[in-house]
Amino acid sequence: MIFNLDHWLEIWQTVRKNKLRTALTMFSIAWGIFMLILLLAAGRGLENGVRYQFRDDAANSIWITPRITGEPFRGLKAGRSVNLTIEDYEMVRDTIPGVEHITARFNLRGNFLVRNGLQFSRFPIRSVHPGHKYLEKTEMRRGRFLNERDIDERRKVAVIGNRVVDTLFKQTDPIGQWIDINGIQYKVVGVFTDVGGVGEQRMIYIPITTGQAAYGGANRIHRLMFTMGDADLEESKRIEQNVRNLLAERHVYSPDDPRAIRLFNHVENYQRFLQLFQGIALFIWIVGIGTIIAGIVGVGNIMLISVKERTKEIGLRKAIGAPPSDIIGLFLLESMTLTVLAGYIGLVAGIGTVELVQHVLGTMGNPPEFFRDPHVDVHAAAGAALILVLAGVVAGLIPARRAAAIDPIVALRDE
Amino acid sequence: MIHINQIRKSYQMGSLSLEVLKGIDLNIEEGELVSIMGPSGSGKSTLLNILGILDQYQEGEYHLAGTLMKSLSERKAAYYRNHYLGFVFQSFHLLEFKNALENVALPLYYQKVSRRKRNRKARELLERVGLGDRAEHMPNELSGGQKQRVAIARALISDPKVILADEPTGALDSQTSDQVMDLFKEVNASGKTVVIVTHEAEVAEKTSRTIHLRDGVVQNDTHNAGVAS
Ligand SMILES: Nc1ncnc2c1ncn2[C@@H]1O[C@H](COP(=O)(O)OP(=O)(O)O)[C@@H](O)[C@H]1O
Ligand SMILES: [Mg+2]
Repeated sequence: MIFNLDHWLEIWQTVRKNKLRTALTMFSIAWGIFMLILLLAAGRGLENGVRYQFRDDAANSIWITPRITGEPFRGLKAGRSVNLTIEDYEMVRDTIPGVEHITARFNLRGNFLVRNGLQFSRFPIRSVHPGHKYLEKTEMRRGRFLNERDIDERRKVAVIGNRVVDTLFKQTDPIGQWIDINGIQYKVVGVFTDVGGVGEQRMIYIPITTGQAAYGGANRIHRLMFTMGDADLEESKRIEQNVRNLLAERHVYSPDDPRAIRLFNHVENYQRFLQLFQGIALFIWIVGIGTIIAGIVGVGNIMLISVKERTKEIGLRKAIGAPPSDIIGLFLLESMTLTVLAGYIGLVAGIGTVELVQHVLGTMGNPPEFFRDPHVDVHAAAGAALILVLAGVVAGLIPARRAAAIDPIVALRDE
Repeated sequence: MIHINQIRKSYQMGSLSLEVLKGIDLNIEEGELVSIMGPSGSGKSTLLNILGILDQYQEGEYHLAGTLMKSLSERKAAYYRNHYLGFVFQSFHLLEFKNALENVALPLYYQKVSRRKRNRKARELLERVGLGDRAEHMPNELSGGQKQRVAIARALISDPKVILADEPTGALDSQTSDQVMDLFKEVNASGKTVVIVTHEAEVAEKTSRTIHLRDGVVQNDTHNAGVAS
């Protein structure tokens, strides 16, 4: 049937008879698909934007910063500072199940003058544990990251970002060289890069114990961070609660005191965003499919009108021997042709528009961070195509059956 | 060719049953040229539709070319209509968006005859009905008589055994009617069985046998001495 030229000629003849009507119907289908593609791509763009926001830090991590208690507890007043120490780090590391890589941070405030011979500049410094590497997704380029011996022996070693290398070392290999940070000599043991951007790539890491000793920190820490492997949201919440309880117990404040520490559970936030985008994606499909259904109903309506107008013709065809299957096929093929053709136009226009937007985003100096790489994936396009063919069948089914049911006697009665 | 035995047909209209054919017996042999006459509403068209397998009947039997035509599936009915029968209607029923040639060729399309063969045969038939030079004309470019000749060519193209015509001259003036009737006689002379429903005496006179219907029964069945069949 599909390969029968006569059928195509018949369809072409009827389409030509009703140009405007056909054009309007096809437009509504094409528009539906076009919008579906655009919406899907936009949803994808937003989702990629959020993923980009989370790209720097491990998404399976919890970050804790001590603050000041907000509630009185066990006879103690509100307003006490919570001072976290290396002991807290060790307790969390050793007693909380599910904690994977862990590090504390001792902050060295401001930028430090860092010198290599005659080259010098100011860079930020972080003193951390070896586990820090996993929390900032630090990628080693050369040498190694900090290790436990660096910590235990308070070694004066530094792991420097590739931007630091660019500024201080020009052509020479920095590994094994000595740099001067605020008057103290550190040996460079590693070079890293970081997808988090220029700021992260200008960082210098030193052992936390070295940092604490050099800058009078005793065993104070400013932040505690750890990853949780592939823990799901529920498990991350359990680990979070255990840590909260442990710290509250150790520092004597209410575990429900929201001000005592600031805890940021990336899993939770990440999951929330992902759920949000799953919701948006679902919404987009519903809206898009709704639009397409409107198109289908339009085509179905047009076909019904067409059947009505062609009653005499159908009656005549049946009188001269057209079997019902042939009549059904004629109308099904017509509606499928209209929907598939129109849908294809919408599909191409939609993908073209998305490509154009992508191109424009690509040429922008600093593209918006919340909207990145919108695109239509193969599955969505294939899904849309499948929907189209089905739509064509559905749209044609009722009119085709009505056509096949036409009684030639009634259709051809001379009055 | 056509054998009808005690056919009854009634229309159900709500709770009312209107009996239109009340036991018709009729035999038409191969090669006859028959007219069916009768007052309006006497059941002529109903009978012709049954002969044409467009309509069902409740009682009796109808054999066409030796085959019983009763309770056929739509597909079977379509097959017999296509292969055994040719229809001619009062208002021609040509498809407006097809030219004369395409209209004539249409029945062969449903026999899956190739396009070239179809068109060749259609052209032959248009020549035969005297419209060889009108093959590419659209129906709205043809006169009533020409349209009916195109319709007759269409009825003939599948080489059917029987041609059924319901008031084929009803929309034509008397001169054109004569021409169309001459064409039917020619068709009949070539061996086809022809059945024409009419209420015009001049038309009936041109057939070799006239069946008069009245109130759903055959009232009269006369052979016209002057007309050879
Ligand atoms: N589909 C139908 N439903 C109900 N009554 C019908 C139908 N078709 C025909 N009739 C009735 O059957 C009778 C015979 O109709 P018809 O065969 O068309 O007569 P004729 O062709 O002799 O004028 C008429 O009374 C007509 O009203
Ligand atoms: Mg009638």
